[in-house]
Order: sequence, then C-alpha cells, then structure tokens
Amino acid sequence: MSSAVDPLLVLVLLMNFLPLGTSRLRAAINATALQGVLLGVLTVLVHGGLAPRPALVAASVVAIKGAFIPWLLHRALRDASIRRETEPYVSFVASLLLGALALGAAVLFTDRLPLAPEHRGSLLVPASLATVLTGFLLLCTRRKAITQVVGYLVLENGVFIMGLTLHDAMPSLVEVGVLLDLLVATFVIGIVIGHLNRALASQDVASLDALKE
Amino acid sequence: MSALTLTLAAVGLVALGGALALALHRAPRLGTAIAVGASVLGGALGSVASMRVLRDGGVDVLAVSGRTLGGGVVVGVDPLSAFFLLPLFSLGALCAVYGHGYLGARAAPAGGLSLLLAAMALVLLARHALLFLVAWEAMTLLAYLLVTLDHGDGEVRRAGWGYLLASRVAVTALVALFLVLGSRAGGALDFASLALAWRGPGPSGGTALALALLGFGVKAGVVGLHPWLPEAHAAAPSHVSALLSGVLITSGIYGLLRTALWVSPGPWFGVLLMALGVAGALLGIALALSQRDLKRVLAYSSVENVGVLLLALGLGFWARSRGDSPLAAMAFAGGLLHLWNHAVMKTLLFLGVGSVARGAGTRDLERLGGLLRRMPWTGAAVLVGAVALSALPPLNGFVGEWVLYCALAQVGRHGAAKPAVAAAAGAAALALVGGLAALCFVRLVGVALLGSPRSAGAGSAREAPAAMAAPTALLAALCVLGAAGAPALLSAEASVILQLGGSTEEVSSVIQQTTPLVWANVVLLVAGLLAVSLLGWCARGAREDETWGCGYAAPTARMQYTASSFAGLAAALVLPRWARSGPPSEPADPLARALYRPLLIAWEARSARLRFLQQGNVHVYILYVFAAAVGALTWAAVRDGAAP
Repeated sequence: MSSAVDPLLVLVLLMNFLPLGTSRLRAAINATALQGVLLGVLTVLVHGGLAPRPALVAASVVAIKGAFIPWLLHRALRDASIRRETEPYVSFVASLLLGALALGAAVLFTDRLPLAPEHRGSLLVPASLATVLTGFLLLCTRRKAITQVVGYLVLENGVFIMGLTLHDAMPSLVEVGVLLDLLVATFVIGIVIGHLNRALASQDVASLDALKE
Repeated sequence: MSALTLTLAAVGLVALGGALALALHRAPRLGTAIAVGASVLGGALGSVASMRVLRDGGVDVLAVSGRTLGGGVVVGVDPLSAFFLLPLFSLGALCAVYGHGYLGARAAPAGGLSLLLAAMALVLLARHALLFLVAWEAMTLLAYLLVTLDHGDGEVRRAGWGYLLASRVAVTALVALFLVLGSRAGGALDFASLALAWRGPGPSGGTALALALLGFGVKAGVVGLHPWLPEAHAAAPSHVSALLSGVLITSGIYGLLRTALWVSPGPWFGVLLMALGVAGALLGIALALSQRDLKRVLAYSSVENVGVLLLALGLGFWARSRGDSPLAAMAFAGGLLHLWNHAVMKTLLFLGVGSVARGAGTRDLERLGGLLRRMPWTGAAVLVGAVALSALPPLNGFVGEWVLYCALAQVGRHGAAKPAVAAAAGAAALALVGGLAALCFVRLVGVALLGSPRSAGAGSAREAPAAMAAPTALLAALCVLGAAGAPALLSAEASVILQLGGSTEEVSSVIQQTTPLVWANVVLLVAGLLAVSLLGWCARGAREDETWGCGYAAPTARMQYTASSFAGLAAALVLPRWARSGPPSEPADPLARALYRPLLIAWEARSARLRFLQQGNVHVYILYVFAAAVGALTWAAVRDGAAP
C-alpha cells in the first residue's frame, strides 16, 4: 500500500465537509465529483501498481463518480433552476459540528473494531465510516432532492472506501456492485426529482408526506 | 442421467416457461401457450423422475454452488421428496391446462402458476435451510399473488390479507425452527448436518417439534391455525384453489415429516397430532356442511382431510416411539395413501366445481341446481369426486381410510387399556367424520347438480370447454384407477415408509391386507356400472314429466330442499353453539370470530401508540436507518472491545 493513501484520504474527508457547510448546490456537487476522482486514484494506489484490472476499475470510477453523475446533477440543477439549499432541518454550522463529531466517532469506533492487522494503522476504515455517516447526515437534514442525491453519493463513496479494504478477498466484485447500485440510485432519484418537479412544482422531498396514511 | 438431474431439468423447464410467459405479457397468446406447454412437459418429465426415485429409493444430493446464498444452494431428492413431487408435477400440469381454459390467454397468471410450481418443487428439493426458506417465501408470495388475482373484489383482498398474515406467522416460526435445529449442529444449516447432529443422544427436540407444528401447521391448515385457508382457497381462481388445496397444503405435511426424520418425536407428539387430527376432521367437516359457497365447502373439507392425515401420521409417530414398527408402517401407509388420494380427489372437485361455478355464474349453492343435465361431463366428474371424497367404497378415498381403520384396530394388540380405548374413540370419530362427509357431499351434489335450476344463470349453463373438461375427466378416471390400483400405489410408497420407519416385510403385509379390498372394490365398481347401464336401458323411452308437486297448482324451483335446510339439523347437532354462523358482518370461520378477531383488534389498539413512527417524511425514515446503523456499529464496538 502506498504512503500517499493516507494524505489522499484526508482530502476525501475534507471534501465531506463542503456539502455539509455550504448552501451552494454547485459547490456541493463539485466536492463529490472531486471525491470521486480521489477514489479512482485511491483504487490504483491501494492495489499497488497499474495492473489492467484495477486500472480499469479506477478509470470507470473516475468517469462515473467524477464526471458522469456530477454532469447529470448539474443538468438537473439547470433544468430545475435552483441554486441554493434553503431552510435545512439542521443549520449549516450545526451540520459541520455534527460532521466533526461523526469523524471523531468513526476514529473511536475503528480503534475498537476487530480489524485485520494490515488495516490497523491506516485511515481507510475511519475514513469510510466517517464518509458513510456524513452521507446519512446529509440525507437526514437536507430538504432539496438534489442534496439528497449528493448525500447518497457521499454515502456510496464511504461504502466504496470500505470496499477498498476488501480488495484481496473480493477483487472488483465490491467495486462493480457499488458502481451499479450508484447508477441505479441516481436514476431512481432522478425520476423522483422529475416527478416531484412536475407533480408538486417544488423540489422539496418533504412534500412526499402527503402520501402518509 | 440421474433422477436428480432429471428433476432439476423439469423444474428449470417449468420455471423458464413461467419467466418467458411473464416476459411475453404483450403477446399473451404465445406467453400462455409457452407457460402451459412448459408445465405439461416439465410435469411429465418430473413425474417420471419422481417415480424413478420412488422405485429405486436412495438419496441423491448435489451442492450446486459453494458461495451463493452462504453456501446454501444444496439440492437433493430422496423418496420422501419424490413422494410429494409426483402429485405436484402431475396435478400441476393438469391445473395449468385447465387454467388455460379457465382464464383464457392471460400470460401473467399462467406464468405465475408455472413459477409457483417451480417454487413448490424447490421447497421439496432444498437440502439447506436458507434455500428452503427462500423457496418457501417464493412459494408463499406467488400463491398470494395468484389468490388475489381478482383483487377488484374486496372479499378477495381480505382473504389475501389473511393469508399473508398467517404466512408471516408461519415463516417466523420456521426461521426460529431452523435456528433451534442449527444450534445443535454448531450453526450448520444444511440438512445433512442437521440429520447427523440430531441423531445422537441429547436434549429432546420438544421446542423444535412445537415450532415445526406451528410453522408447517399454518400452511397445512391444521385445526386452530386454519381460518385463513377457506377464505384464500375460495377466493383464488379455481385451478389455483385446486393446486393450493390438493398440493400446496401438503408442503406443510412434508415439512413436518422432514423435521420428524431429524428430531425423533416422543409419544406425546403422536398423541398431540392425533388429538389435533380428530378435532380438525370433526370441525372441518361440520363447517363444510354449513357453507353456502361451493368452494368453501371444499376448502373446509381440506381441513377435515388434513385432520385425517394428522390422525394417521400421529398414530405412526406414536407407534414408532413405542417401538411398534408394524403398526407404525401400517399407519404411515394409510396416511400417505390418503395424502395422494386426497390430492387427486380435491384437485378433481375444485376443477369440477370451478367449471360448474363458471357455467352457472355463481358459487352460491342456493342459486344452483339441475346442472348434471346441462353439464353432463363435468357433472359426472364431480359426482365421482364427491363419492371418492366421502370415502365410500368403490373409489380411492375409501382405501386409505380403510388402512387407517385397520391400524386403529391394531392398537388394541398392545394389551394396554388406555391406548385401546383412545384408538376406539378415534375410530368412532373417524366414522362420524365419514358419515358427515357423505352427508356433506350428498348435499353438494344433490343441490348443485340435481333438481331444477334455482336461478336463470344455472338454467342457461353450458358444458365447459375441452381444456377444462378434459383434465377434470382425467382426474375422475384417476380416482377410479386409484381404487383398483391401491396395492401398486402402496408399493410405490414403500421406500417412503422405509424412510419413516418400517421394514419391507411390514409394508408387503399391509399390501397383502389391501388386496382383497381392491377386488371387492372392482366387483362393486363393475356391479355399479352394470346397474347404472341397466337402469338406463330400462328407462329408455320413459316419459319425462314434472315431479308430482303434492297437488300444488304452480310448483316452482323454490319448493326444493335448500342447501341450508338439508344440512341445518345435522350442523346444529354437531357444531357447538359458539361455532354456528354469526352475523354476516363478522368473519365466517368460528375460530376467526371467537379467537383471532378479538385478538387482532386488541393488538391493534395496543400498537396504535406506535403510529407516531410512521411520520410520512423521508428524512425521518432515513434517520431510522441512520440510527440503526450507528446502533449496530456501537454494539459491535462495545461487544468486541469488551472481549479482549
């Protein structure tokens, strides 16, 4: 495993805080795009070298997570003509604090988890947990459907980092699975956005509670 | 080719046909044809394979995949599986053909039926608890979808809901069952390890047996767990009802027998089964007697017959645990024979009654009448099925029960007073059930087929199309053959009886005892046919006229006996007061009315406080997932942190 892995993971963690702290959707999308690119690089580094298979996985990760999905989201943003996340359930400052708390909790958890020896000193597991928690936080506290997709992407990125620790046991299985369900999720939520937009003339997921019994 | 490969090929063919039909829903004609064709071909192939396993005995197990489903994809076939596979494949094919005539070219139900057949076969073939549970769920859900095919009708939706609820309870019990079973095998869940782990000495498997009785009893319609059954079986399209009542409920019996192969049941279990069996047989037939809905009559008769089966199997388990192997062999032989016979008879009657209900446009007995004249083929088949299901001599229903009577009579050989008295009481109860069954089916045939039509729909009924009449007629022929061929059927079951406990000599002695009975059957049958043709010959050219109406000037069809008046007295004598019909707003089944409905209402009132959980807000739901994930993580950290 390369020594550049941990600094890159720190960058990934930093990217978690951008969507938490900003109201500008464009910036949030760009942050996840950068996170996707970083994950692609990490795939190569963790696998140690440019064997054709990890390289292919890395390339597709960069293409899908770093380019395709952000492009889709930017398009959706333009079509819906919205720019900012307004009135989140939890304010941006509080979200940042919660994100920091999640990071601390992730590091604490990792110390107590029964890990394989080669993952003990690495940031892979805490970064993965922190990213998953950040994703959940975004999903729970934001109203706009676009931010929901961003939250879901961050969550998936966290799962992907966890998948990197399994690269010896299950090569590429995890990665491909993650890519697939990411794509599916984007389409599903994309449909939800389109539907909400048309049916309810708003981008607020909370409008869905009209469906309550 | 090994029998297992052949069986798997049959299942694959049927499933493929079903999937193709679903994919081709835009071309319903082609899709339905493919599904029905695959069911017939696969059914024939599977029947041949099952017969081979029954003939050769032996166990054939194959682990298909090491990793999928936690190593759970293990399948195998042994005589016990083959015994249940044979009716599944053969009757399933007939039901598929009938369904084509009944529903016309509708790809979705035809494909669903094929997939249901495949799922049921997989339940019987699974040799690992995970695969078994997955197949069981697939079977339950597909059956649910088929039951609620006419979901525009509120009653059908309610019936489907009840079925779903009951099956949730059942599968919970089954999961618990496999956890209990696996705990002794060190967590292994494949059937071979379970069998091995429970063979040695150790704590008795009382919990496992009780869980199996609960989980599998719901599916089989054991009394007390049965209220969903008449509703669901009446609501489904007729060929699906036939499959549910004839074949699907036996998957519950299969589960019980499979569990009993691992966990050797003590005498108490046999006695419990016998008590449940007698209670179920009596309650089932008494309720069948007072139903107005044709299909409900048949569904309650299934409850009755499951009761008879349980009586036989309970006697077998009891005798086996007492070390009386000849008696056990005889009881098992009677039970298994009755199971096959019941599958054929019940399928026949549901198909026949489905044709009748469709011809007349109603399932209400009080609006039928005079249909034997208007639908001669179907009517004759229903007549045959009714005689068989009443366990009357020349047909197959009689043979199985007769073996059971013989077994009950042999309990006295032990010399102990208590079992002998209990067995005599059981035989008496069985006789009462037989009498009531005869009354019940005389009522069904007499009101629906004889007399004159009680509604315009019944008056204008026409014979069913060939796709519906042919399977029905074939099943009627099977009922006749089943009576004449009882020794052959028994020797086909021999390998299963050997598996359950019994020796070759004991089985052949049972076969020898039935042989004279078969000759008596054949003689009776020939005599009966001769008598009927003689009567027909005598009645040649007889003048047709109205029945003498006691001098009334304007006799109408409403002056006939009604279904309610025919059975009213008997039902009032047999049924306890609480079990008689209540107000129409309440559920029809007395147990549902007296026990389950109040229970569920109380439950709902108590759980209303949990309503706040349903916020209808996506964010809150995600928060639940979040909390669960963090909780699981904390738990893992705390637990593993404390260990070292």
